[in-house]
Amino acid sequence: MPELIEKFSFYLEFPFVRYAIIVGVLVSLCSSLLGVTLVLKRYSYIGDGLSHVAFGALAIASVLKLTNNMLLILPVTVAVAVLLLCTGKNARIKGDAAIAMVSVGALAIGYLLMNIFSTSANISGDVCTTLFGSTSILTLKVGEVYLCIALSCIVLLTFVLFYHKIFAITFDENFARATGVNTTIFNLMIAVIVAVIIVLAMNLVGALLVSALVVFPALSAMRVFKSFFSVTVAAASISVACSLIGIVIAILAGTPVGSTIVAADIAVFGLCYLTSLVRDKRG
Amino acid sequence: MNEKKTLIKCRQLALGYGSKDIVRDLDYDINVGDYLCIVGRNGSGKTTFLRGLAGLLSPKAGSIELCDGLQRNEIGFLPQMTVVQKDFPASVEEIVLSAFQGKFRLLPFYRRAQRERAMECMALTRTESLAKSCFRELSGGQKQRVLLARALCAAERLLLLDEPVTGLDPESTETMYHIIEELHKKGMTIIMVTHDIDTALNDANRVMDFNDISVKGK
Repeated sequence: MPELIEKFSFYLEFPFVRYAIIVGVLVSLCSSLLGVTLVLKRYSYIGDGLSHVAFGALAIASVLKLTNNMLLILPVTVAVAVLLLCTGKNARIKGDAAIAMVSVGALAIGYLLMNIFSTSANISGDVCTTLFGSTSILTLKVGEVYLCIALSCIVLLTFVLFYHKIFAITFDENFARATGVNTTIFNLMIAVIVAVIIVLAMNLVGALLVSALVVFPALSAMRVFKSFFSVTVAAASISVACSLIGIVIAILAGTPVGSTIVAADIAVFGLCYLTSLVRDKRG
Repeated sequence: MNEKKTLIKCRQLALGYGSKDIVRDLDYDINVGDYLCIVGRNGSGKTTFLRGLAGLLSPKAGSIELCDGLQRNEIGFLPQMTVVQKDFPASVEEIVLSAFQGKFRLLPFYRRAQRERAMECMALTRTESLAKSCFRELSGGQKQRVLLARALCAAERLLLLDEPVTGLDPESTETMYHIIEELHKKGMTIIMVTHDIDTALNDANRVMDFNDISVKGK
């Protein structure tokens, strides 16, 4: 054990490890907060769809050789999120079908573009990195870290300020609208925030595993806790704890960061599920 | 009976979705203190009309005029329960308090007066003992009473109820009707969509039959 701690504190002296931990904590905090709303609104799969869109946008950005690919990825993902979440009931193509379509479409086009216009010798390695985020969290630049901190703060602040509004809209959009809450604006706001989080989370766990960050902490918390407030707080704590544990294990054991974090999330979900089973038996 | 004041005036009203009109050429007045039951078969436009009154649907033609100084945020609305709500992890208190979101636009917390009002409304619907309970663990009747308490918090003068007793057992139905009747006696104007013709004729002082109206509309 002391060797492990020594090894860990040795690693902590590297700035890239500190960056990874800062970004990991912030991203998992933000994604779990919004995750509760998305799961309850039956939009769990939106994270997955949007991350594929972000992957497609990333492919386009690398084909265009943009120096700062965020400039393209963020607007594209936000636009698609708004389209998917806000057209809602009036759309010709219904919610889940639209998400499925956009999701695989973006994935296919992204991979195609990367193959045709590739500049790198190791395409499958590049694609694998983007999809599973195997190393991207450990290669963050200072600029990206600051951007991540700034965006996370905006997301957190918005969530805290509009917490009760978000609850009202999640629980009953019709009622909220009837009592004078401007649901269109808040749905738009939620869509934008979700897109920002997805793009940030792609660095952490990669495009394919983003939904795990959104869905697992929320589902774990909902198994055990009974009020919206406690579910939100618990989801946030679970998510941050799992990310920290995941990053530490990944660094010490040399496993891929993204999948280690998700594995930790799955383990906690299992624990919460068992807890609720035992409690139901007793009650 | 003394002359009653009009609360809502519908003139030449047409409501519908897309290009389809569900309610057409409707002229109707609702008075202060009415207990109005809306009956009619499925698809006849009862719920559409109620959504129009709640401001969820804007008229395609004609008008819905709020009279006697009635404000949009003085109307309480009890929609039909959705699948999402039946399994929602929230405490009763959180749900009832969410009624105030339309009023204090940018306040990130609730005021004491609002908490007290919420407790009053829970007392009126006999749910005050459930304040800390989890919504998804309540019975159907309790859930519906909690949602009624939420509607009451938002309502100063008018309650719109969309099939409040559908799916409830006889005892819960009885309680629900009793609570609504009490609220009516305290001066609340009530508009209720229902399939229960007997209650409509017993409790309500006016009945609006959408079977007739849609025939007339054609």
